[in-house]
Amino acid sequence: MEEYDVIIIGSGPAGLSAGVYAGRYMLKTLIIGGNITGGAITEAHRVCNFPSQKNIGGLDLSIKLVEHAKTNGIKFAENETAKTIEQNGLSFNIKTDQNQYQTKKIILAFGRKKRMLNIEGEKEFLGKGISYCATCDCSFYKDKTVAVVGGGNSALTAALLLSEYASKVYIVYRKSKFFRAEPVWIKQTDNNPKIEYLFNKEIKKITGNKFVEKTIFKDGEELAVGGVFVEIGSIPDETLSKQLNISTERGYILTDKKQKTNIQGVYAAGDITNNVLKQVITAAAEGAIAAESVYKEIIKGD
Amino acid sequence: MSTIKINSDNFQKEVTNSDIPVIIDFWASWCAPCMMMGPAFEELSNEYENKLKFAKLSTETEPIISNQFNITGIPCLIITKKGKEVDRIVGFAPKEVLKAKIDLILDRI
Repeated sequence: MEEYDVIIIGSGPAGLSAGVYAGRYMLKTLIIGGNITGGAITEAHRVCNFPSQKNIGGLDLSIKLVEHAKTNGIKFAENETAKTIEQNGLSFNIKTDQNQYQTKKIILAFGRKKRMLNIEGEKEFLGKGISYCATCDCSFYKDKTVAVVGGGNSALTAALLLSEYASKVYIVYRKSKFFRAEPVWIKQTDNNPKIEYLFNKEIKKITGNKFVEKTIFKDGEELAVGGVFVEIGSIPDETLSKQLNISTERGYILTDKKQKTNIQGVYAAGDITNNVLKQVITAAAEGAIAAESVYKEIIKGD
Repeated sequence: MSTIKINSDNFQKEVTNSDIPVIIDFWASWCAPCMMMGPAFEELSNEYENKLKFAKLSTETEPIISNQFNITGIPCLIITKKGKEVDRIVGFAPKEVLKAKIDLILDRI
């Protein structure tokens, strides 16, 4: 089996930026893309804080990143998902759902998975009024009343997007105010006449006949809605980290400033790390650093 | 076999009057998971010769049909028999999972 210098697992901004850098260092590189090429940012409504991009759709930005990563002679296994990683002396064997690969170094950049509400009615009404992707489904809610659950940037931007279609958008948040969202988004939702906040509220149950008709809150109150958009953040997937005995904190991979993990030859970048800011720019920066660290180790012969 | 494009002009001919069940992929260009599932759907269309017809319907250009099928979330694959829905698969699924779900539905109908 041919051996890669580096295999990057994940194709969001971290993995793709690592790919751009690794390609330019002329490392023999493979990106294992995972289910969604482009990563979580593909579902972001607008990205307005990536320098040089004043206002770009998340999917458009990710398409540019994918195109860029593909220009430097690296290989890209799209729609392939890494299932197991085994250390074998100084190299690693990676099995995906379709292939098997060998590599000297690994950059883990597979991001997070969406958090679910885990309440009654959530699974039952998936695609029948429950959605995890406002950019995908907003147009089906024209002139309807919808609820967005959550209080971070993704919840607020989902509410803003939905307000372009729906007649009324409730933001349901379990806290008393928005602590985590950027002020610039809060200002926009504050000034949007279709958006109303329901603070200190948690949904207990979602009910309806064939489609979502109402949400029932823990305090017993009810709200009639035609759709519920779940935007309550993401959680790290620990499967691969555990296989390699990588040190984590609440599931997030611990790295040093060179993006090294506690396992020799394994690096991590982007949302899966314990970094303090989960944004495109920080993910991209960490991907770049990880690729540079790999390059230095390889030329040193480590 | 490959996929065919469905619109209001050919719906009756290709779906309602089809001798075999039809699976319709309701999608949109702004839907990242739809775009990712597209190639798998295309590949699967070659594995069900004479058993299942694979069709794609853009929710952007065909809002009326999308509405008739009560589409509220995409990607959404609807399996139809004589134009009537028999089951639907909602959300992204990788190829193998998709195939297993389709087989399960086909066994039942």
